Amino acid sequence: MTPGFGSLMQDVLWCFSQVKGTIDAGVAESDIISTVEFNHTGELLATGDKGGRVVIFQREQESKNQPHRRGEYNVYSTFQSHEPEFDYLKSLEIEEKINKIRWLPQQNAAYFLLSTNDKTVKLWKVSERDKRPEGYNLKDEDGRLRDPSMITVLRVPVLRPMDLMVEATPRRVFANAHTYHINSISVNSDYETYMSADDLRINLWNFEITNQSFNIVDIKPANMEELTEVITAAEFHPHHCNTFVYSSSKGTIRLCDMRTAALCDRHAKFFEEPEDPSNRSFFSEIISSISDVKFSHSGRYIMTRDYLTVKVWDLNMENRPIETYQVHDYLRSKLCSLYENDCIFDKFECVWNGSDSVIMTGSYNNFFRMFDRNTKRDVTLEASRENSKPRAILKPRKVCVGGKRRKDEISVDSLDFSKKILHTAWHPSENIIAVAATNNLYIFQDKVN
Amino acid sequence: MSAESPEPASAEEQKDKVLSPEKAEEAKLKARYPHLGQKPGGSDFLRKRLQKGQKYFDSGDYNMAKAKMKNKQLPTAAPDKTEVTGDHIPTPQDLPQRKPSLVASKLAG
Repeated sequence: MTPGFGSLMQDVLWCFSQVKGTIDAGVAESDIISTVEFNHTGELLATGDKGGRVVIFQREQESKNQPHRRGEYNVYSTFQSHEPEFDYLKSLEIEEKINKIRWLPQQNAAYFLLSTNDKTVKLWKVSERDKRPEGYNLKDEDGRLRDPSMITVLRVPVLRPMDLMVEATPRRVFANAHTYHINSISVNSDYETYMSADDLRINLWNFEITNQSFNIVDIKPANMEELTEVITAAEFHPHHCNTFVYSSSKGTIRLCDMRTAALCDRHAKFFEEPEDPSNRSFFSEIISSISDVKFSHSGRYIMTRDYLTVKVWDLNMENRPIETYQVHDYLRSKLCSLYENDCIFDKFECVWNGSDSVIMTGSYNNFFRMFDRNTKRDVTLEASRENSKPRAILKPRKVCVGGKRRKDEISVDSLDFSKKILHTAWHPSENIIAVAATNNLYIFQDKVN
Repeated sequence: MSAESPEPASAEEQKDKVLSPEKAEEAKLKARYPHLGQKPGGSDFLRKRLQKGQKYFDSGDYNMAKAKMKNKQLPTAAPDKTEVTGDHIPTPQDLPQRKPSLVASKLAG
C-alpha cells in the first residue's frame, strides 16, 4: 500500500481504526480534549485536555503475523501537566486547560514535549526505565536502611531488568512571561529556541533558560481603547529559523524575519485578501478572524482557517490566497443564531498531510472535511460511534442546504452544534489521522488492501 | 431556524432575498438587539476576549467558590484548635488547600 506521499484523495478509503474515551451521557468538562499532536515520526500521539492532563499513545510495532492490521495506538504515558491556579493580584482564575502540545524532535532515547495552558509553558521529558539497580549495601530491597553493624560483606549493585516503566518529569517551567492568554507555541528549526504567543505579544525562549525571554512582537497599543486586533496564532517556518508568521483577528497574516530587528513589530510580509466593501456586514470581521495558521511541510505555503473557509497562501504572494476552500458555507445563513450561541467564536484548527497534497479541518456535527489540492475534490466524513466497527470504511456525508433532502443527507437545521471537531492531527508520513470529538479521540487509517 | 424558502413575500422579505445571506442575518441580529454597537469587531469583543477568566472579588471569594463546588464541609473548630489560637498566626500551609483533580484521564482507561 503506497504511503501518504503523492496519493490522491480518491485513492484513499478512510477506515475506522480506534476510538479512545468513554461513552458517558454527560461529558465532564475536564475530559474535553483541547489539543492533539503526533510527534515527528508519528510513533507517538499526544492529547491534552481541559483538566490539564496529557495522555500519550504509542504505536504498536506492526506484527508480521497480522500484516493487515496496521499498528494500533495504545496508552504509553499519562500525567497531570498543569493545575488550576489563582492569580491573587488580579483575582483571576488561570485554567489548567492544555491549549497546545508541541513535540521536540527526538535527539536521544527520551521524548520531549512542550505543553502550555493560558500562562505557563512546560517542557516535559518522557523516558523509559526497564532496569533497576539491585544489591545495595546500605539498604535492602524495600529501601529500608540496614544496620551498618550487621553488614559484613561488600557487594557491587547490579542492574537487573524490571517491568517497563514510563516516567514523565517536568524539566523546565517557563512562567510569568505572558500577561494575556497563550494561544500558540512553536518549536524553532534550530531546536534550541521556541516561541510562545498570546493575544498581544510573542516571546522567544531558549529551552535552557527559564528566567528570561525575549519579546519579539508586541502589538499592544499605548491606549487600550485603540485596540483593533489581537494575535490568534503563530508558527515558526519549518526550515528557516529566522522566519515566523502570526495571524490576527482581522484575517491578516504577518511574516517576520528576526534578522531585521530585535523587535519584529514591522513585518517583512503582510498577507491580506482584499474584501469587497459592499459585502461587508456585522459578521465580516468576526468570521474573518483566523483561528489557526500552519506552514506546509515544504515551507512554501501557509494555510489559514477562518470561520467558514480554509485558505492556502503562497509565501511569495501577499495580496490574496492561491486557494480557498469552503468548509461549511451553508452556515452563512445561520450566522445570527451562531452569534447568539457563541459558536461563531469557535476556533477550528487545520492540518496538512505529509506530502502537503491534502488539507483537513473540522466542522460541526462531528464532521470533518478533507480537500485534495491537486484534484480539487473534497470529502466530508464523520467521527461517530456508529461507524466504529474495526476497519469499517467511512461513508462520505453530505449536508443538504435546502430543497429536497436525499435519504443519506442531513439538513443544516439538524446539525448538532455542540459536537464540534476543533482539533485534528495527521501522521507525518502515513495516512493515519487523529480526530478529537469532544471527549473522544478517533483514529482513522486508510484501507490496507 | 429554517433555511429560507420561496414563498409569497412582502416587500421587506423580497428585499432580504436580494441581500446576501450574511446581510440578511445581520438584519435579523439588529432586529433582536437594536443597541448592538456600531463597531462589532472592535474593542468590545477584543476586551472581552482579553479578560477571559472568571473574576472573583478576591482570593477568599475564589476559595469559597471552590469549596462550594466540591461540597466540602467548612473546617469545624477541632478540640485542639484552642491550642493554636493565640499561640501562633496561621500561615497559608495551615489553611485548607484546594487540591487539583487527581482523577486520571478517561482516554488512558
